[in-house]
Amino acid sequence: MVEFALPKNSKISGGKTWPKPTGATETREFRVYRWNPDDGKNPSVDTYYVDTHDCGPMVLDGLIWIKNHIDPTLTFRRSCREGVCGSCAMNIDGQNTLACTKSMHDVGAGGAVKVNPLPHQPVVKDLVPDLTNFYAQYASIEPWLKTTTPTPQKEWRQSHEDREKLDGLYECILCACCSTSCPSYWWNSERFLGPAALLQATRWVTDSRDEATGERLDNLEDPFRLYRCHTIMNCAKACPKGLNPSEAIAELKFKMVERQI
Amino acid sequence: MSGPSSMRTPLERVRGLGSAHTGTSDFWRQRLTAVAMTLLIVPVIVVVIMLIGRNHAGAAQMLGSIPIAIILLLFIVASTWHMKIGMQVVFEDYIHNEKLKIACVMANNFFCVAVALASIYAILKLSSGV
Repeated sequence: MVEFALPKNSKISGGKTWPKPTGATETREFRVYRWNPDDGKNPSVDTYYVDTHDCGPMVLDGLIWIKNHIDPTLTFRRSCREGVCGSCAMNIDGQNTLACTKSMHDVGAGGAVKVNPLPHQPVVKDLVPDLTNFYAQYASIEPWLKTTTPTPQKEWRQSHEDREKLDGLYECILCACCSTSCPSYWWNSERFLGPAALLQATRWVTDSRDEATGERLDNLEDPFRLYRCHTIMNCAKACPKGLNPSEAIAELKFKMVERQI
Repeated sequence: MSGPSSMRTPLERVRGLGSAHTGTSDFWRQRLTAVAMTLLIVPVIVVVIMLIGRNHAGAAQMLGSIPIAIILLLFIVASTWHMKIGMQVVFEDYIHNEKLKIACVMANNFFCVAVALASIYAILKLSSGV
């Protein structure tokens, strides 16, 4: 059966409260999930106080401030700090989003900023989830142009109208906020491809230049790969880029029906 | 599902046994039966209200009407089919033990077919006045 409770070794216990920074006139409380694979202990939630006058406005700025000023062992991924790379996806105040584009003023109603790793994925350390399966699922939809016609001398041509059909699909940065917010993905992540991979599948199925549309649909037509999606729409709510994977998946299902009826 | 110690590559695990190439017919039938039930629910409720307080003979007389019997039969077919697909989805979502899942899906099929046939038999028996 589905596990509704955390496994014994994942239950959160205790946590350290770090001292408030000296000399700070205004602080913001951060409660951050900690887990170290090397010490054999259960995860904990540590409490930090960030000097908001010495720190940028985003949650990621707060985490970097903690790492630089309080606790250098705090582990998280980050790179572009402007919502382009998708590295700093995490669960902030119960919502999967990018720490770099989430203002700490918009979370927790002035209380603690609660930061956890993306849900229902194995944790590598602290806020770093293991996304191996997620990336393999993306690879499985073969996200590249597939053609049989000999490659033209110049480029594969596409009308403006057909190009517009890719809007809302190509912008995905594969941060995994959507897939890890999806209950269907939580219960069946080994077999359900999840909203991110399916959004990308739609992107290639929709591409007018791609000649493998039917083959792609064949690959997706499966009670688990595609039809675990029950249009819960957590994905659309979570997406930090404002995309709607749910709608893209509905498009795939429509195409499945269209080719049969 | 293989454990983390499996030496199979992540892509091999995702590809697994390959696509089943099915699922669309169940998806379509679930929508089809949902629309059918939406259309049928008002007449069915009207029939049920009209049946309140009638004895066996009164009920048999009402169900002797061809349109009423057909409406009820269509509703039984649509609803039990919908029930079968819906319950199977729940089993597939939540039960991860393959053997238990197959047993549950099988029991679900038996149950839905039994409910459907019992209901159809009852309607036909009443409407034919036997």
